[in-house]
Amino acid sequence: MAAGAPLITFDKVWKSYGHGEARVHALAGVDLAIRRGEFVAIMGPSGSGKSTAMNIIGCLDTPTAGTYSFMGVDAGRLDRNRRAMLRNLYVGFVFQGYNLLARTTAAENVELPLIYRGVASRERRDLAMQALAQVGLVGREHHTPAELSGGQQQRVAIARAIVTRPTLLVADEPTGNLDTARTHEIMELLTKLNKELGLTVTMVTHEADVADYAERTIRFLDGHVASDTVNVEVA
Amino acid sequence: MIWETVRLSLRSIRRNVLRSFLTLLGIVIGVAAVIAMLTIGSGTTQKVKADISKLGSNLLVVRAGRPAGPGGPGGLDQVVRPLAEKDLAALVAHLTGARAISPASQKQVRVIFGTESLTSGVTGTDSAYLDARDWKLVSGRPFSDSETRSGTGVCLIGETVRQQFFGAGDPEGEIIRVNRTSCKIIGLLEPKGYTGFGQDQDNVVLMPLHAYQRRIAGNRDIDNIYIAADDRTPTSELQPRVEDILRDARRITPDRESDFGIRDMTQIADAMASATTTMTGMLGAVAGVSLLVGGIGIMNIMLVSVTERTREIGIRLAIGAHEKHILIQFLVEATVLSLLGGIIGILIGLALAGLASVTLTIPFAPSPAVILLAVGFSALIGMVFGFFPALRGARLDPIDALRHE
Repeated sequence: MAAGAPLITFDKVWKSYGHGEARVHALAGVDLAIRRGEFVAIMGPSGSGKSTAMNIIGCLDTPTAGTYSFMGVDAGRLDRNRRAMLRNLYVGFVFQGYNLLARTTAAENVELPLIYRGVASRERRDLAMQALAQVGLVGREHHTPAELSGGQQQRVAIARAIVTRPTLLVADEPTGNLDTARTHEIMELLTKLNKELGLTVTMVTHEADVADYAERTIRFLDGHVASDTVNVEVA
Repeated sequence: MIWETVRLSLRSIRRNVLRSFLTLLGIVIGVAAVIAMLTIGSGTTQKVKADISKLGSNLLVVRAGRPAGPGGPGGLDQVVRPLAEKDLAALVAHLTGARAISPASQKQVRVIFGTESLTSGVTGTDSAYLDARDWKLVSGRPFSDSETRSGTGVCLIGETVRQQFFGAGDPEGEIIRVNRTSCKIIGLLEPKGYTGFGQDQDNVVLMPLHAYQRRIAGNRDIDNIYIAADDRTPTSELQPRVEDILRDARRITPDRESDFGIRDMTQIADAMASATTTMTGMLGAVAGVSLLVGGIGIMNIMLVSVTERTREIGIRLAIGAHEKHILIQFLVEATVLSLLGGIIGILIGLALAGLASVTLTIPFAPSPAVILLAVGFSALIGMVFGFFPALRGARLDPIDALRHE
């Protein structure tokens, strides 16, 4: 892949559900390109197609029609297990509800993706510690989610997302459950990871001030890209 | 990876101790029942075999009358010609491969000493009887040949008879009355206990055949002839020889059937043992049904577990778990669960069998093969019944699974 070539390309991507009269198009021929190292906020009202787009970007879902290519690979045509492999190698996920395994320590949660990659136990532990250090959670590695605050849990989730050194971070309303102070901490952390590691970040959010951390904002409406703007302040 | 998965499953079993325990219960009961049944069963088989060999191993028993056939008891269509002394003499003269040949006629007779009385099995026989039956004397001596020939009033008594009449005392030289005839005790038989059929083998009186015939039976018949094979001759080889000699002695022409029967105690022992084995197998199969029920319990709980952990499955799938990883995770969990149940079941089953062996006085006979089989089978149950729920988990769509509340 040539440098500067898009990491992510949507080429007339459709995503439809149902049949006949009841057929609904969550995405209706979306064209989109995101380059390596970008920090993109995706916005839009409920039902606009932003979540569907995010699922396709994260290789969790496939388009009904059109082409989605990720790192030059036609990811929309891959089977479940190949997409799982792609996610494991190149994508990190951060969710609104943290989605950590309950009653499992922070370190073990962070190690999880490495288990599916077949990394040896000792190395897993070391990488998990590094990732936890990157998100500022040294000393909390043996706490379970129940013993951590919301902000801390989201940091663990971010550590889990970056422990595999992914190319892309997919964040679905990462600050949706957090208060303002915590929100800014998490956003600064994501910005730092974007700048320092060159991590491409795509983030769905409702909140304009959260979107302001991103260099670029894509707004969805009724299955189309309504606007695609560069945030001058950040860029 | 697999060790990781086993650890994971142990943790999830530990998290729901009560539920895991209840799930296990089905397997535990099933395996315990199978193990207990089979262990008690093989103990019983051993006991029956031992009991029958107490009757005499490598022993043929000849009796008058055609052997019972499929048409019902034989010999009803003709008068039974009893065995006679010339039959015995022919066997003694011509039979090779026998260690001992001895006649015996029996009857339940009232035996009296002083004011005490007892109904005993009185047998008229000769000195070869002890050898043929493999019985031993604790004290005294067997009949001499001259006593056998002349039918002297002497006898050997069993332990039960001694206790009844003499308590702990020495019976030798005492005179007992057997059916209005006097009899001097010359020896005491070794105690043999009860047979598996509840028969007291020590409530016996042995006396010379001629004395028995003259004073008790009132005829010259011989009920049975006991033939013990020597160590080199299997009873199956001895039996046709006995038949030939007796047919000859009893002048039975080749076109006629024998009017006597020969029972092979070894065969009877084998038949009894195989009957108990069949019983054991049947009981084991019934117990096996409860294993099936246990398996269904595992399936049920695994389905619950998969549903409960849908979100967890979604997370795992999202971060790169393949279908097979999820499948293996739940399969291992089900297998570990049922294996755990199997092991607990084996311990309980063995404990029950041990208890039964004490109360029923049968040998404790645990079989490593059965135990191994139970372990393997319970693991198999986990895999078989865990497969469907595991597959269901593995096939989940990660997006739906992540949305699951």
